[in-house]
Amino acid sequence: MKRLAGWMLSSPATLAVSLFLIIPVAATISATFTSPEGIFAPYNEFFSSGFQRAVLWRTFEVAAITTVISLVFGLLTAYVVSRCSPWMKSILIILAVFPLLTGVVVRSFAWLIILGRNGILNNSLEWLGVIERPMALLYTQTSVVVAMVYIFVPLMVLVLVGVLENIPDDLIDAASSLGASPTKTFIQIVLPLAVPGLIVGAVLVFTASFTSYATPHLLGGTRQMMMGTFLHQRAMVSFDWVSASTVAAIMVVVIVATVLVMTRIARRLNPMAS
Amino acid sequence: MSNRIHPLLILMTIVVYIFLLGPLIIIFGASVSDTTFLAFPPQGLTLHWYENIWEVSAFRRTIVTSLQVALLGTAIALLIGIPAAYALNRHRIQLPGWLSTLFILPILVPEIVIGFSLLRSVNVGLGIPVFYTLLIGHSLLVTPYVVRVVSASLASFDFSIEEAAISLGSHPVKTFFTIVLPNVRSGVIAAFILAFITSINDVSVSLFLTGPGISTLPIQILAHVEQFFDPTIASVSVLLMGLTITVMIIVERTLGLTIVAK
Repeated sequence: MKRLAGWMLSSPATLAVSLFLIIPVAATISATFTSPEGIFAPYNEFFSSGFQRAVLWRTFEVAAITTVISLVFGLLTAYVVSRCSPWMKSILIILAVFPLLTGVVVRSFAWLIILGRNGILNNSLEWLGVIERPMALLYTQTSVVVAMVYIFVPLMVLVLVGVLENIPDDLIDAASSLGASPTKTFIQIVLPLAVPGLIVGAVLVFTASFTSYATPHLLGGTRQMMMGTFLHQRAMVSFDWVSASTVAAIMVVVIVATVLVMTRIARRLNPMAS
Repeated sequence: MSNRIHPLLILMTIVVYIFLLGPLIIIFGASVSDTTFLAFPPQGLTLHWYENIWEVSAFRRTIVTSLQVALLGTAIALLIGIPAAYALNRHRIQLPGWLSTLFILPILVPEIVIGFSLLRSVNVGLGIPVFYTLLIGHSLLVTPYVVRVVSASLASFDFSIEEAAISLGSHPVKTFFTIVLPNVRSGVIAAFILAFITSINDVSVSLFLTGPGISTLPIQILAHVEQFFDPTIASVSVLLMGLTITVMIIVERTLGLTIVAK
């Protein structure tokens, strides 16, 4: 009876996830292996097209650059936030939570106003006399990366504040009273202890930016196609569902591989474990 | 601030926060601009673009759909997520370890893949109408948040209280509602809010699940930007931010915001 109770209570959620996630996603992936032209034909087609390889490579590149920049700014900001007085700390956390709870569409849209042809940046540069004609800032890889960093820095800050808060103040005081400079303390004491958090943050940001849709759609357009926008284009514009499923399958493989590899690395690098 | 932090680091932090909040202020400025295109700083002040939200029927319709899907979807996620979280804590030994991983799948699998797969298998494959597929997608998407947040709450609940009530003759179901649920109330509220916000802002699942007359607000914003570059989008965005601020104030008043930061 008791054994059954656990199963019964968890069965609605289990059933929902199985029926509406596992089976549909498995069906999408298996659809790529049933092509009449051969079992791997859709993948051959994907990787033999220079354009599609470029989309995959660009997605890797944008996600990796976004992750690295977010890590640097996220870590330094989180370090300052975690060392603030409790009052200041809660204000800074609230100010980071607010953008995080504001939708991705709204936050990406803000960069259209800033980077557009008649946007704030072009207008002010023209007014200052730095440029004579508005620059084409939108629909470039840089505009996508800038907006992505903007979207993911708050997430990184919050993840890392949680980790850095747990480093006792005494440890940092001890290091500096023994003569270590602030920089040296940061690199030799804080950084190694922050590694697990850095890995969690990196995985979250990399996977989210690799699979994002709204930001590359608004700021990259068709010129800076990424895997998310490409999947949508294949499915809803070309109505080529086998090709769209192939893109989906590649995305799932990349995400699962990233998560598995990084958790393995995290376990090995965790200084608390040794 | 303590003297251990280099002034340059503090300066950088200030710059990061300006970078984080500036664009949101710019949206607000653009929403009250008296121009037919998006401009900042605003040229002349008007609330016309806020009225325009209600005049564009597509916005009116999608706001209603978004609210319906978010409220119903979150309610479904609570109905299936709370018992699952309870089972994971109370009956941990009887249940296999992979079960908790299963409930995380909706945030592990790329959202856009879930959206596309629901379109293929559920909407087209099973012939379930778009609105219900949208509802299924959103319930699924927010279930992990419910399971995780309620589980965290239950982890600090002393189940011996529940056992005491049952051994004194209280029915297990009644005990759950009178003893267990009130004790994890804050977790349930936090789960509701997190799920609601996630659903309202979702793009990647809703993207594929639009039909004649059915779409969500974020998808409508994306469609509108492509055709018109007027300040209506900015005013809708401010509306969404206002919703977020309201929710944040409610959370702060009832539970304290640190719960969301976790």
